[in-house]
Amino acid sequence: MIVAITGIILILFVIGHLLGNLQIFLGPDWLNGYSQHLRDLGPLLWLIRIFLLLTVIIHIYVTIHLAIENRRARPEPYIDKQYAKATFASRHMVMSGLIVLAFIVYHLAHFTVRITDARFALLRPDSLGHYDVYSMMVYGFQSYLVSGFYVLGLFLLALHLSHGSSSFFQSLGLNDKKLTPRLAVGGRIFAWLLFAGYTSIPAAVLLGLVKPAQQL
Amino acid sequence: MNFRLRVWRQPNAKARGKLVDYEARDISPNTSFLEMLDILNDNLLGRGEEPIAFDSDCREGICGVCSLTINGEAHGPDHPGAVCELYMRKFRDGATIIVEPFRVRSFPIIKDLVIDRRALDRIVQAGGFISARAGSAPEANSIPIPKHDADLAMEAAACIGCGACAAACPNGSAMLFTAAKVSHLSLLPQGNPERVARVLKMVQVMDAEGFGNCTNTYECEAVCPAEISASFIAKLNREYARASLRRGAGE
Amino acid sequence: MSESLRNDGRVWVPKRKEDREKAPGEIPETDRDYYLERKYPSYGNLAPRDISSRAAKEVCDEGRGVGPGGRGVYLDFADAIKRLGKNVIRERYGNLFEVYEKITGEDAYKRPMRIYPAVHYTMGGLWVDYNLMSNVPGLFVIGEANFSDHGANRLGASALMQGLGDGYFILPYTLPNYLAGQMGKRPPDDSPEFHKAEAEVRARVKKMLDIDGKRSLDSIHRELGLLLWDKCGMSRHAKGLREALVKIPELRETFWREVRVPGNDEDFNQSLERAGRVADFLEFAELMCTDALARNESCGAHFREEHQTPEGEALRDDEKHAAVFAWEFQGDGQLASPKLHREPLHFETVHLTQRSYK
Repeated sequence: MIVAITGIILILFVIGHLLGNLQIFLGPDWLNGYSQHLRDLGPLLWLIRIFLLLTVIIHIYVTIHLAIENRRARPEPYIDKQYAKATFASRHMVMSGLIVLAFIVYHLAHFTVRITDARFALLRPDSLGHYDVYSMMVYGFQSYLVSGFYVLGLFLLALHLSHGSSSFFQSLGLNDKKLTPRLAVGGRIFAWLLFAGYTSIPAAVLLGLVKPAQQL
Repeated sequence: MNFRLRVWRQPNAKARGKLVDYEARDISPNTSFLEMLDILNDNLLGRGEEPIAFDSDCREGICGVCSLTINGEAHGPDHPGAVCELYMRKFRDGATIIVEPFRVRSFPIIKDLVIDRRALDRIVQAGGFISARAGSAPEANSIPIPKHDADLAMEAAACIGCGACAAACPNGSAMLFTAAKVSHLSLLPQGNPERVARVLKMVQVMDAEGFGNCTNTYECEAVCPAEISASFIAKLNREYARASLRRGAGE
Repeated sequence: MSESLRNDGRVWVPKRKEDREKAPGEIPETDRDYYLERKYPSYGNLAPRDISSRAAKEVCDEGRGVGPGGRGVYLDFADAIKRLGKNVIRERYGNLFEVYEKITGEDAYKRPMRIYPAVHYTMGGLWVDYNLMSNVPGLFVIGEANFSDHGANRLGASALMQGLGDGYFILPYTLPNYLAGQMGKRPPDDSPEFHKAEAEVRARVKKMLDIDGKRSLDSIHRELGLLLWDKCGMSRHAKGLREALVKIPELRETFWREVRVPGNDEDFNQSLERAGRVADFLEFAELMCTDALARNESCGAHFREEHQTPEGEALRDDEKHAAVFAWEFQGDGQLASPKLHREPLHFETVHLTQRSYK
């Protein structure tokens, strides 16, 4: 239940974050304005960040705890094991979750703390005096390596959510015989739509459809 | 038909087990899986070897005693149905078949393919009953029960307690079993007075027995010989939340 | 299969022995013998279980049984499907048709089922008093394990009814009544009786394990089963029962001389457990035959061929046999034959009559 509630919060964040990011397609002024708006929240932004961090910590702590119990519940594994229904995604939530965690750490270092790319410090404010997030994202994604890791991270996130985004209904008891299969399909569609939305940005950058707003 | 069997042999609870290869020859496709094991055991006995220990009783899918994992699936490949309802015509002639016990820590192996499933009994003992005295039979119409509830309770009551849910679950969780037992009583008026205490106690014992946790993979419902739906687990989660809130509120 | 299937299925076998190997579809209507409908025109395929079972065995014994081994009669749904449609039949019996398909690999919507009577329950049980306590103080016997409520046919419903009735309505009163007198007492486990019983069990187990002969438990169990099926089954006669009473003690001797029980008595040993059961079955089989021979009449499922009406119905002898035959155990084997206690039956409101399904 704790996993489900923290999961829902994180899913909501992922949706919000995607909607924010997609503003890149509306041009530099829009995106830079949006990010300035977020920064202007000041202490509230930090409050949200701390809240999200706590949510992540609880989500991971509880799930690792559960996973250890689960492992203990079957000390001697089957020599042969076939699954009749359990999907790959549902059986590897810890693995996909932990890789996503590694991705998030890199992602924060890359775009929030900006310590992995020296060029970001050289970016000039845009015409309205806002930090040029738009160009930062474009330069960031121009590297195949960075975009590749980004897509991989999102792939695993989508895998994680293809199970997680319908699973929480069951954990919260908001489910019945008719609803379950529909939610499972819905969850899968939702997860892969997220994947498509997020990967559209590096894809557009690499294809040259989105160009930086300033030259370095 | 001929088969190559790889069967888990383990002399007792403490010894280490291993797969041992056997040949089953000239088996009729109309033989059930357990009858095939009977034939094999007869041959083993004839050769002076110890027969393979495995559990079975009614052999018509209602007692829940048979408990084999065949080719990695609890109760074998022919779902829904217990091992006793599995027939050899479902296998390819000449196939290799791996036979293992249900593997869950809470079901310790007694010998070969026989396991101790008393953990499930202890979950039921924690609350899977009604302690009100039934008295004499009441007039049938004096306690109206909606048909939907009666049907659902009946579906849950179909659980034969074989433990395949826990055996198939990647996490070794017995949630489907507990969910069926909790649901079948909580849906009926007779089970209502003890509803709160029942779910709390049964879940507590289930955890104490060392079963794993449900991560909603639904593997359990796929192998359940009684076709218990995993939606009963959602119901169990609901019941548990409701009971915890009521307890928390001081009731 | 479940008996409920006879509500819509028609039971038949070929009229001629030569047709029994043919596919059922190749046998025209005129060559089919719907023997239940023929013998019991008013009840037809719904004749009670003991009657229809006996009739099935009869036609198979005549050599008209179908399927491999010749032990089977057709249960045909073709007419019911024609009359009601496949969907109605599926709704009523879908699960049973699935079970049949699992077992035989055949589709009973297209091809008649093959059925044959089999031992499902046995009538009778442990003697209990009015409180459901056996003659061992403190040993209560409930449900089907006791002797109390059996008719000629022990159907699923009566089995359930007895389990529920005993458990819900009788035991909650009688058991506490007994326990009330035992408060604070614990049976001692160091009494001479306890040690004697323990020593006896250990000796018996050791004896079984030490035989180390050539016969498997299965082969003895099967031989006994076939003997009972033939001599003390759906219909029996004095001559057959006397033969069985000679053969069972012989088989018991074979068991104690030639059986092979592998393993030891320290570890979990299913063969040993089974050996104990088969040994009990041997004792019990003899008792069943003794009882069947002593009851010199037909009564419900106890059908003695020498006692039947011209219609082939069970012919009772209420003058001599309207009684429960309770047999008291006197020890293993022939050395001590069980002692008969007759408990007369009294009928006050509903009186005994002859049943008829013509």
